[in-house]
Amino acid sequence: MNRPTTTAGLHEQLWQAVVAADEYAAVDLVVQAMDDGVSGEDLLLDVIARVQERIGSEWAADRLTVAQEHAATAINERVVTALSHHRAMRQGKPSRGRVTVCCVDGEWHAFPARLVAEILQLRGWQVDYLGAQTPTPHLIAHLHSTNPAAVLLSGSIPTHLPNAHRAVTACQATGVPVVAGGRAFGADGRYARVLGADGWAPDARAAAALLEEGLTRSVTSAGRQALDDLPHLADQEYTMVVQARPRLVRQTVLDLETRFSAMAGYDDEQRERTAEDIAHIIDFLATALYVDDAEVFLTFLTWTAHLLEARKVPAASLLVGLDILAEQLHDFPRALRILTAGRSALHAMAAGPPALAEPAAAGADA
Amino acid sequence: MVKASRGASARSRDTGSQAGTSWADVPFPVLVADRHGRLARLNDAARTLLPLAEAGGWLHEVAPPWLVDAHRSFAEGPPASAAAPLTGPVGDRMVTARPTASPDGEVVWWLLDDTDRHRAETELRGEKQRCELLTDVSSTLLSTLNLPRCMEVTAALAAQHLAEAAVLVSPSQGRHHQLTYACRYGDVRQVARRIDPYSVPGLPEALQGFPPVPARWLDPGEIPDWVLPPGFTAAVGSVIVTPLPGHGVPAGVLILLRSGTERAFSGGEENFARLFAARAGAALSAARLYTEQTAITATLMRELLPPALSSVHGVTYAGNYRPASDHERVGGDFYDVHPGPDPSRETLVALGDVAGKGLDAAVLTGKIRNTLHALLPLADDHQRVLRLLNGALLTSHHGRFVTLVLASVRRDGNRVDLRLTSAGHLPPLLVRADGTVEEAGTRGTLVGALPEVTAQSYETTLAPGEICLLYTDGITEARGGPLGDELYGEERLRRALTACGGMPAEAVVEHVQMLASQWLGPGGHDDMAVVAIGMDRNGPAPAVTPQDTTRRNR
Repeated sequence: MNRPTTTAGLHEQLWQAVVAADEYAAVDLVVQAMDDGVSGEDLLLDVIARVQERIGSEWAADRLTVAQEHAATAINERVVTALSHHRAMRQGKPSRGRVTVCCVDGEWHAFPARLVAEILQLRGWQVDYLGAQTPTPHLIAHLHSTNPAAVLLSGSIPTHLPNAHRAVTACQATGVPVVAGGRAFGADGRYARVLGADGWAPDARAAAALLEEGLTRSVTSAGRQALDDLPHLADQEYTMVVQARPRLVRQTVLDLETRFSAMAGYDDEQRERTAEDIAHIIDFLATALYVDDAEVFLTFLTWTAHLLEARKVPAASLLVGLDILAEQLHDFPRALRILTAGRSALHAMAAGPPALAEPAAAGADA
Repeated sequence: MVKASRGASARSRDTGSQAGTSWADVPFPVLVADRHGRLARLNDAARTLLPLAEAGGWLHEVAPPWLVDAHRSFAEGPPASAAAPLTGPVGDRMVTARPTASPDGEVVWWLLDDTDRHRAETELRGEKQRCELLTDVSSTLLSTLNLPRCMEVTAALAAQHLAEAAVLVSPSQGRHHQLTYACRYGDVRQVARRIDPYSVPGLPEALQGFPPVPARWLDPGEIPDWVLPPGFTAAVGSVIVTPLPGHGVPAGVLILLRSGTERAFSGGEENFARLFAARAGAALSAARLYTEQTAITATLMRELLPPALSSVHGVTYAGNYRPASDHERVGGDFYDVHPGPDPSRETLVALGDVAGKGLDAAVLTGKIRNTLHALLPLADDHQRVLRLLNGALLTSHHGRFVTLVLASVRRDGNRVDLRLTSAGHLPPLLVRADGTVEEAGTRGTLVGALPEVTAQSYETTLAPGEICLLYTDGITEARGGPLGDELYGEERLRRALTACGGMPAEAVVEHVQMLASQWLGPGGHDDMAVVAIGMDRNGPAPAVTPQDTTRRNR
């Protein structure tokens, strides 16, 4: 086997091994690179993380199925595990403080958090890695028993942002600062700011830098409430849309059947797929209501439109779907504004050349 | 009442000098001065307030400077609108002064003795500040149940609001005491040290927490060096030892240090210090109790947690468990993998579901897992294991029953031999390499309910890339979906598994757990457990290089 020495060369070889689900080739590749003196941090972030990003974007572009994505991720996870057992990765006693790395409740994409945990360990932190979808009560119990210097909260799918907010406020209430990271918080970290996180890191290196700089413990004022961060929630639109979700889905499917002729020929599975798509649209609408920013909805909508076209489903059905939702939500001014923006975005898409699919906000992971 | 308004000034002008005699009787000090500051007239009350004042004298010789300044600026030109009343000290009194202008250029000063109100307001303001502070202190103290953090917060707050430096001495742990030092403008430091409590007068009694002892002032000369926080260089002026009431749990003692020589605690401050000690003591004892309880729970829970699975004897096992409640870590579902003594012998996998949820069910899973462990030597005969387990459950007192699946697994060259037995449980699913999903043909009665159990085993093999999936009904009975109230169901599970041919065991487990969790509505769910068995397919056959397998599994 020829040995690539550049991270780019390693990336290509690892990618081949991972999509072929050839665990041992993948593991041997990185272990060999480690033996050859490539640094653990470079391997993790410039090779393994890149491969994982590629898995994500291939899935988002519908070139990998969800099951294939899981299989490839599992192989990549094992690569990280093998690497973390490598002699050169083993550190002595942690020289820095203790931190907690976890995923937002409901978030299944644990890989980015795992990488952050490995990098921080390499940099000398004592890391408690709580893994995918950490229930907030577990996280808080963990904070009470370990008193970490910070929590690093990872989220990939924007629909978990309300859960992320719950985790952020709960951590801060115990006096522990929170650094948010991951695609869910926006490419510029804007949702981390909206939710009142103490910091935002675009990647593992930035997270390490932020911790090394030192975070101040958030001062909790007795009177501060979660609602103070997001005063727009007082209009209850988010709550009501979430509560009405099953009814909204049911009604939208029913109306689509009469207003979108192609649906007449759908079998049960296609019908369920449609219902799931509508449910996702409502979830992203609710998230946009929660953070009071239509962008999160628009990104998802245009991505869905591209995906539907790839699946040979006319994106026009999306426009009809938005109309039906708007009719049902006629009493909700903020929701209507977001739906109207969605219509314009879809029209613009149909008129202009197709925009690049943005996997960052892709979320309908099932 | 005297009213300092334009109306009052107009009236006094009308009544003119006839009013002079009645003036003397006004129960408030009134003085009249010309624009140059010479006193024209004053009443008896004014003479009492300013004993040196007399008609014809100069205002600036008898009145406080603030009033002299006010007179000068008013005489130069009265403000267009009524100015806010002026208040200032006159001797030991607080006086509010309001001027009115008379047409001949004189200024009438109407004075009101406000001393009591002023004192009340000052005290109220102080009390309000202390109250706000105490609320903040309370919520900061209550925000954490972590003992070291709670000690840190207590010492830091004390150094910030009560003294210049503070030392929190915690109850002894063995021969050591945890000492938390804080200075007003420095870091908090914690050390465990051997100290002699008798070196500080009153400290041993205060540390015991009972009988109650009051806070005690010490002579700075009496304190040993260890009391001084690192970085506290000033000469110690006053020292106070305050016990923290822990309500039955020793909470520790706070030693407060000030550099000034003056005994700087006012009555209100002492009261505040007492309240602070009460809050800190309650918070510290709560944190101590929580820490102890967490340690106990963790110890008891360790045996009940699902085991971490990996590859054994050339076969990969992966498992995932999600308890019904987010607050719990354990529940009524369980799984175990008992490796065979060597690669040529069978490994026993058990996955089951005890009736009920939560801690009670978890305790029973612990008993069942122990019983199964003890029955391992008989694992060649699943029926016999189930009969013995049935007998054990029937004779115990809890009266619950269990459904379970047993799987005996052995790697044989390039395939995995499986013997599967369901006792009232959902039969395992076999995911073939081409994506076909089969149900294992095993049926049996549940265990722990009837005097007799019967069960049929099913034998099959797994080729590379094939998976045997054991799961509990929490997966298929997950309620939700886009319409909110549908069961996930076996049909959807099978359909999802058709995409899983050739996937690694961990990926299948994670995929199934993810699909079920995403299906879930907000209405809660049952315990969910999944175990996948697959060939360690890139792994060499164990008979050839067993040492290689151990390297891989590390």
